[in-house]
Amino acid sequence: MNIRPFLLTLALLPAFAFAADLEFKLVIKDHRFVPSEIKVPAGQKVKLLVDNQDPTPEEFESHELNREKVIAGKSKATIFIGPLKVGSYPFIGEFNEATAKGVVIAE
Amino acid sequence: MFGSALIVFRESLEAALLIGIIAASTRGLAFRNQWLAIGIAAGVAGSFVVAWLTESIAEMAGGSGQELFKASVLGLAVVMIGWHNIWMASHSKEMAGKAKSIGTEIRSGSQELSAIAIAIALTVLREGSEAALFVQGMLASTTNSTGAVLLGALMGLVAGSALGLVTYFGLLRIPLKRFFSVTSGLLLLLSAGLASQMSKFLIQADLIPSLATPLWDTSWLLPVSSRLGNALYILLGYEDKPAGMQVIFYLTTLFLIATASSWMQQRSQPSSHILKSA
Repeated sequence: MNIRPFLLTLALLPAFAFAADLEFKLVIKDHRFVPSEIKVPAGQKVKLLVDNQDPTPEEFESHELNREKVIAGKSKATIFIGPLKVGSYPFIGEFNEATAKGVVIAE
Repeated sequence: MFGSALIVFRESLEAALLIGIIAASTRGLAFRNQWLAIGIAAGVAGSFVVAWLTESIAEMAGGSGQELFKASVLGLAVVMIGWHNIWMASHSKEMAGKAKSIGTEIRSGSQELSAIAIAIALTVLREGSEAALFVQGMLASTTNSTGAVLLGALMGLVAGSALGLVTYFGLLRIPLKRFFSVTSGLLLLLSAGLASQMSKFLIQADLIPSLATPLWDTSWLLPVSSRLGNALYILLGYEDKPAGMQVIFYLTTLFLIATASSWMQQRSQPSSHILKSA
């Protein structure tokens, strides 16, 4: 295992961790996102705290936000997004695409 | 059933294409098939381990463990493919000459072939762990029958692997004169794409700044979610809305591997007349 990227990123950590980020909570329950619509300020980096309350895993995915992250069943995950321009950014749960849909609205 | 088929297909496609290209680019190397098999087997075994450890990995590094893990896996794969490309450049004349005569195989060090096996194992692991996790979730939920989920997963895997084979045999049809420059070029762009993905995970974990989000937006022209867009994403690292940092990682990787390759190729120049006569 190559540990250099880890060490490098750890070394860089303090340099970028100073800003207090806005946090938004998102729950996955019964293969749906609650709330399915999140309003965030434009032009600012924000932190999404995703709480998967389902027993099954989910993959948060959004081409619009340029993000993807697998979240195990009954666990929480952090996803940084933005800074975003004003607009709406749909996201889905790739493992349950039919029901797991949501949108981030930057304003 | 179709749910599991589709997801497993998507996850296996990227690995299958990479294996197809690497397999083609190593034609004529002795013991190639054994090393490809080792890489795939290690990747499959690793997939189950990583899927099983998903939660523990995710909790590491203050909730950014998954991003760090993926970025490391991608970074290591870039190094291995880069190494392979540079090695190929220094042996290109020999490869092109020998690949013509059936039966003669080029002796390469186990170093070169293990780099290939590691690159394949890492790619299979990256995609396979998500597929395994998904299938496990499908099996856990009571609404799906075990047989249907597994059959779907198998169908997806077969479809993905089939496209890998199509890539492999398609590449083999390229005339030998240009063959190794095409496969090296493909691997070069592919590894630059992996480096760009790597930076995306570091941005997602908030470890490096994104710089310009996005640098450009071509989603109106060619969305990365479309079939062509996705193929270009896998092969060339195309993005419709890349962060500035992704473009920096992409270009830097491209530059470093290309420079090292052409330097190695020049060093092995004395034998260039072989190519012309071949």
